[in-house]
Amino acid sequence: MRKLSQHLFLSVLLLLSSGAAHAVLQIEITEGVEGAFPIAIVPFGLEGGNGQLPSVIMSNVISSDLARTGRFKPFAERDLVARPTQQADVQFHNWRILGADYLVVGKMRSTGPGTYAIQFQLFDVFKQTQLAGYSIPARQEDLRYVAHQISDIIYETLTGEPGAANTRIAYLTVVRSEVGKSRYSLYVADADGYNPQVVMQSNLEILSPSWSPDGRYLAYVSFENTKKYAHGEAAVFIHELATGKRQEIAKYPGHNGAPAWSPDGTTLALVISRLHEGDRSNYDIFLFDLQNRNLKRVTTDPGIDTYPVFSPNGKFLLFTSDRSGRPQIYRKDLNGGREERITFTGAENDRAVISPDGKKVGMVTNDGGNYRIAVLDLETRHLQVLTDGALDESPSFAPNGSMIIYATTYNNRQVLSAVSTDGRVKQRIPSDEGSVREPAWSPFVKK
Amino acid sequence: MKLFKLAALLSIPVIFAVGCESTPEQPTEAAPEPVAEKPAEAPTTTAVEPAAPAAMDPLDSGLLAKRTIYFDFDKYNIKEEFKDVVKAHAQYLSDHPGAKITIEGHCDERGTREYNIGLGERRASAIQQMMTLQGASARQINTVSYGEERPNALGHDEDAWSRNRRGEIVYTSR
Repeated sequence: MRKLSQHLFLSVLLLLSSGAAHAVLQIEITEGVEGAFPIAIVPFGLEGGNGQLPSVIMSNVISSDLARTGRFKPFAERDLVARPTQQADVQFHNWRILGADYLVVGKMRSTGPGTYAIQFQLFDVFKQTQLAGYSIPARQEDLRYVAHQISDIIYETLTGEPGAANTRIAYLTVVRSEVGKSRYSLYVADADGYNPQVVMQSNLEILSPSWSPDGRYLAYVSFENTKKYAHGEAAVFIHELATGKRQEIAKYPGHNGAPAWSPDGTTLALVISRLHEGDRSNYDIFLFDLQNRNLKRVTTDPGIDTYPVFSPNGKFLLFTSDRSGRPQIYRKDLNGGREERITFTGAENDRAVISPDGKKVGMVTNDGGNYRIAVLDLETRHLQVLTDGALDESPSFAPNGSMIIYATTYNNRQVLSAVSTDGRVKQRIPSDEGSVREPAWSPFVKK
Repeated sequence: MKLFKLAALLSIPVIFAVGCESTPEQPTEAAPEPVAEKPAEAPTTTAVEPAAPAAMDPLDSGLLAKRTIYFDFDKYNIKEEFKDVVKAHAQYLSDHPGAKITIEGHCDERGTREYNIGLGERRASAIQQMMTLQGASARQINTVSYGEERPNALGHDEDAWSRNRRGEIVYTSR
């Protein structure tokens, strides 16, 4: 594999809103893939609307979305040889000379104040055939989402896998204003970093955000009540994004942490270190039934057990345990059966996440003293280290399994990065605000 | 589109945790006035009574003034050089049954965050255990772990790490 960073360095400023008191995430593709599809995305034509320009340049959003996947190499707008907006105007041989394998044209027709009908067509330049074509009604304020939907249609048509452009990420920013003072903000933004929204802020630690499978809730750990409790420790909350309503799920005397949802959304796996005052500290995995509020203990080992995660079929849990000395990943069948260690390469392996197809396990591995993101193939048991940082952490799979987003250190600051599951595509997502950490990629949003 | 409505609503529920501080509660102690170090000023007309020395709090001197126990990487055993400090605090707690402490466990930035909270709690518990073996009562001692979240030193090298792997003894009642 050859790095394309020398000749393909796309620095795409994806968040244009300025002056907002929001962390602006800007995605840079630092490593692309040899053989990415060359695709021409022509600026969409505009019909009607009294010449008033729409707030979103659809072709720019689609180009950025496709470039970010690493599977596509969109042409720069200035290199486009023509500006067709519909099939009748397309001269395929021009696009063949340019070297485009695929071509996207479209137009936006104003249908009323702030509403549009958006038509787009995807062509195979060599076969001179249409591969996909849709007309989508949209309001002005939905244009970015429609652009992401178009990106996902193109991605799925050409790769056979669902796209993840129309998804979101949750993450934390930490800003230290003065010595000993910090501001923790939990954000949710679109997958391209656009439209960051504060979910919750605190002067005390927030950790481990986790999406509910329907994308409506985040579970997380907050230290906000540490002064209230006798032992002053963290509690697990679930937070409904649409309403801001919060529930404190676990506030047992010790630590309450590392929440993870079951695939059916009925159960939260979490860590509790002490159930009762005076108990000896023992970090174990529990299941909390969100409907009948029953708590069930899963592990009892005296070692630290943490970071539980459900398999996509809900039948087993993976978790970290240091019962053998250092942290390693274990597997527990929820229908009973023993807890089986599954990682043997690397001095430590911690914080497992499972790919949506259940075949791969992402994790933090201690790679000769450096903490890096690795993927274990559950069938071949091969562990592949994907990143090259010193303190990479918090891996989270995109819902289509194509990428893993994680936290890394760049220029002495904590930033987010993403790497394709095969390690070939890399992105850096710098921010203009403090340190950014604990990313969690949303599930597909049900439409 | 549903998604957009959701995103728009997200801007509303901003919840601020009220009344929290990011620094752990430290017992605030009125510092003794530095009477002896005042520079000589123009002669005063009245004689100044020498200030009576403030009653020295035993916690402010000697081993008891030391409140931080450092640990080795991924370890939670109390090193030989810190055992006297732990024992001195245990003795104080034993002599002052009304006194209470919280032991905070901390880690360096290596390893994952939730695992480090576990490791920090082991460190705090190790100190607690040694204190109770020395005669302090378990109900005088709370433990809490902040993992790697509250570093003392912000660097990314062994020097910073060694200062962050620690247990801190905080008196909540003397």
